[in-house]
Amino acid sequence: MYDLIFFLVLLLLGYVFGQRAEKSHFRSIIEREKQLRDILVFSERRIPDEDKLDGTLVCGSVVISVDFFKRFVAGLRSLVGGRVSAYESLLERARREAILRMKEEARRTGAKSVWNTRLETASIYKGAQQSIGAVEVLAYGTAVKPR
Amino acid sequence: MIVTNIETVPGQTIVKHFGLVSGSTVRSKHAGRDIMAGLKNIFGGELKAYTELLTESREEAVQRMIEQARVIGANAIVNVRFSTSSVAAGAAELYAYGTAVVVE
Repeated sequence: MYDLIFFLVLLLLGYVFGQRAEKSHFRSIIEREKQLRDILVFSERRIPDEDKLDGTLVCGSVVISVDFFKRFVAGLRSLVGGRVSAYESLLERARREAILRMKEEARRTGAKSVWNTRLETASIYKGAQQSIGAVEVLAYGTAVKPR
Repeated sequence: MIVTNIETVPGQTIVKHFGLVSGSTVRSKHAGRDIMAGLKNIFGGELKAYTELLTESREEAVQRMIEQARVIGANAIVNVRFSTSSVAAGAAELYAYGTAVVVE
C-alpha cells in the first residue's frame, strides 16, 4: 500500500515539476534563439570565400534528464509501440540547448557563422545497471570570422 | 595551435601532413553528485553536474590532442571529431581525434 502511495507521489511530483521545467526551458530556448539568430549555423563543410576568414573549433554540451512521470509514460508506450513523444521533446530540448551553447561560444569568439556542425550524443549513463533516462548531447563546429 | 573540424584551415594551405592525433579522458563525479542526479531524475531537468563533467572532459581531451600534435611539430589540427563511449556508470569517456598538419 505504502509503495503504491510513494509511487503515485513520485508520479505527481514528476508530472508537476517536469512539466514546469520543460515549459520554462522551452521559453528560455526560444528567447535565446531569437538573440542568437544572427549567428548562422551550417552543416556544410566547404566554406565559401574561406581565404578571407579565420576559423576555430567551438563546442556546446548539455545533459538533460527525463522526469519520473515521462519515464513511466514511455514505459507504457513501449508496451503498444509507436511514437514515444515523452522522449522526443527531451531530445529536442537537449539538441537545441547544445546548439545554443555552441552559438554562445561562437559569439564570444566574435564569429558570425559556424560551419560543419556535428551533433554527438555522448554517454555517461549508457551501460549503467539502473539506467537513468538522461540524454547527453555535444554539438561542435568551426566558427569563422573575417580576418 | 589552430583547431578546426573542417578539412582545411581557412585562408591557409596545408604544407605537411602528420596523420592522426588523438586525446581521450575518462572522468566521473563523486557519489554526492550521483545522488543529486538521481533526485533530478524524478523532477527532470538539466543535470548541471554532468554537463560540467562533459565540458571538462571535452576540454581535457582536446588539450591532450593539442599536446600530442605539438610534440610532433604540427601547428594545426584539422578534421577534428568527437566520440564517446561508456566505461562504467557515471563515468564519461570522451575521445577527440583529428589530423595534425603544418599550415602556412
